[in-house]
Amino acid sequence: MDFSTTITFNGLIQQFIVGLSRTTILFIVSSGLSLVLGVLRIPNVAHGSLYMLGAFLCYSVATLFGNSPIGFWFAILLAPIGVAIISLATERGLFCHLYDREHLMLLLFTFALMLIFHDAVKLIWGSEYRSLTPPVIFQGSLPILGMPFPKYNLFLLSIGPIVAVGLWFLTQRTKIGKIARAAAVDRDMVGAVGINVSWVFASVFVIGCFLAGLGGALVAPTQNITQGMDHTIIMEAFLIVIIGGLGNVWGALLGALIFGLTDSMGIMILPQFSIVFPYAAVVIVLIFRPKGLLRATW
Amino acid sequence: MLQVDGIQSFYGSSHILFGLSLTVNRGEIVCLLGRNGAGKSTTMKSIMGLVPPRQGSIRFKDENITGQKPYLIARMGMGFVPDDRRVFFDLTVDENLEISERRIEKSDSWNRDRVYDFFQPLKHIRSRKAGLLSGGEQQMLTIARALVTNPELLLLDEPTEGLAPMIVDMLEHRIRALRDAGLTILLAEQNQKTALGLSDRGYILDNGVIRYQGAIKDLQENEEVMRKYLLV
Ligand SMILES: Nc1ncnc2c1ncn2[C@@H]1O[C@H](COP(=O)(O)OP(=O)(O)OP(=O)(O)O)[C@@H](O)[C@H]1O
Ligand SMILES: [Mg+2]
Repeated sequence: MDFSTTITFNGLIQQFIVGLSRTTILFIVSSGLSLVLGVLRIPNVAHGSLYMLGAFLCYSVATLFGNSPIGFWFAILLAPIGVAIISLATERGLFCHLYDREHLMLLLFTFALMLIFHDAVKLIWGSEYRSLTPPVIFQGSLPILGMPFPKYNLFLLSIGPIVAVGLWFLTQRTKIGKIARAAAVDRDMVGAVGINVSWVFASVFVIGCFLAGLGGALVAPTQNITQGMDHTIIMEAFLIVIIGGLGNVWGALLGALIFGLTDSMGIMILPQFSIVFPYAAVVIVLIFRPKGLLRATW
Repeated sequence: MLQVDGIQSFYGSSHILFGLSLTVNRGEIVCLLGRNGAGKSTTMKSIMGLVPPRQGSIRFKDENITGQKPYLIARMGMGFVPDDRRVFFDLTVDENLEISERRIEKSDSWNRDRVYDFFQPLKHIRSRKAGLLSGGEQQMLTIARALVTNPELLLLDEPTEGLAPMIVDMLEHRIRALRDAGLTILLAEQNQKTALGLSDRGYILDNGVIRYQGAIKDLQENEEVMRKYLLV
């Protein structure tokens, strides 16, 4: 293969931007996973299922509005809210009674949730593929450096920084964020100053699940909405959280960048082996930084 | 104000407190003396609800708080200063106080400003991460953090442990000021000079059992007890 003819500078830039917009989705989903992991100390295996649920809900709401542009915006907004409400009910109804139990119980519980959500999605939406077209303003492409660039990906690119700033604000500047950071390290002491840790956990869990739902809603117009999209994302999200540093939201950003960019660049360099690149990157990171790139809260 | 009656506390299967009873009246400083591993910290944690006793009862302000959740006990007016300090390392000094602050309807209630006046050195390091503070600064912060919850009873677990004599003097001075401001204090100490100098009454704890109780004056004169249960 002659690389010089297949890889042009503009092609690289284009692929880079595609990678970045994919990174946005990965970041949104894995930051939610990392948040729950860091504060509640639970690897939420059902996180990917909530992402899938977000995608299907987004599809249904958009369809309900006859795929009108307004319907699309409603769908992007309502799908993650729906996921958040479902997760709140799950947390308050079931999960919160298990916090005093041993870790394995909690892990098993989220595993059970994954199975339940999986079947629920199958029952409600059946097992066919669904697909969603973005509203007209996001269809087609914009020329960037002479290369056509899908508008919807540009939209995704703009969401990433908003979520990152939002998370920074939430964890660093709000009281609940500060309490959550304290509870991540010493939940007993947080209780001993009179704070009901259980509600802090509920809020963090719901915010984390909201992010899973948001990721699913945002990704819906870019790919087939199918059973099984939960498995792919949960694998990727866990790897990202691991290389970023368990429980570190900025680590999730860094991990998502590494994963998303090696993925899209790999497609450019060796398309038939592209799937290997992000996993190779994960291995390399872990060889040099076994505990992840940024400080883990574990 | 506080009545602990015959509590039995465990860590998993190891039995630590064997029917321990004690009383603290409003306005007193009561100290809990005992060697390493006697069970002082476990007593404190049991009262705070962090290590709930399996038997016996704890009453606080005439309410039964046995088995109650720690955050509810804290809201009733119990402040906890643990021996290992446990400041929130990731947060700044000010944020430590911010999340703990609980306003009450009282003219002389504690808030961040008042606490900074009370522990002046904290004011200058209010934006520093608590994890970077020296031992003395951390100790001031844990006490300050308990104060902004506006407690009526303060559980102070070895506040002077491992600190330089100058800081110990300062802390003793501050603890006395708290008592003068009307706070009731249960103080666990290894440092007898501190404990005996501050307290009105004392309990001596050994292997999870109260061996002696009485006024500080009597205790100081009772050399036999002092020698037997404390390192004199
Ligand atoms: N988390 C724990 N798990 C199991 N055993 C514990 C735990 N904490 C303390 N112990 C044991 O309980 C006993 C009482 O400990 P405690 O901390 O109450 O003593 P202490 O009087 O506070 O001692 P010190 O003066 O060293 O602080 C000790 O034998 C100790 O080994
Ligand atoms: Mg102790």
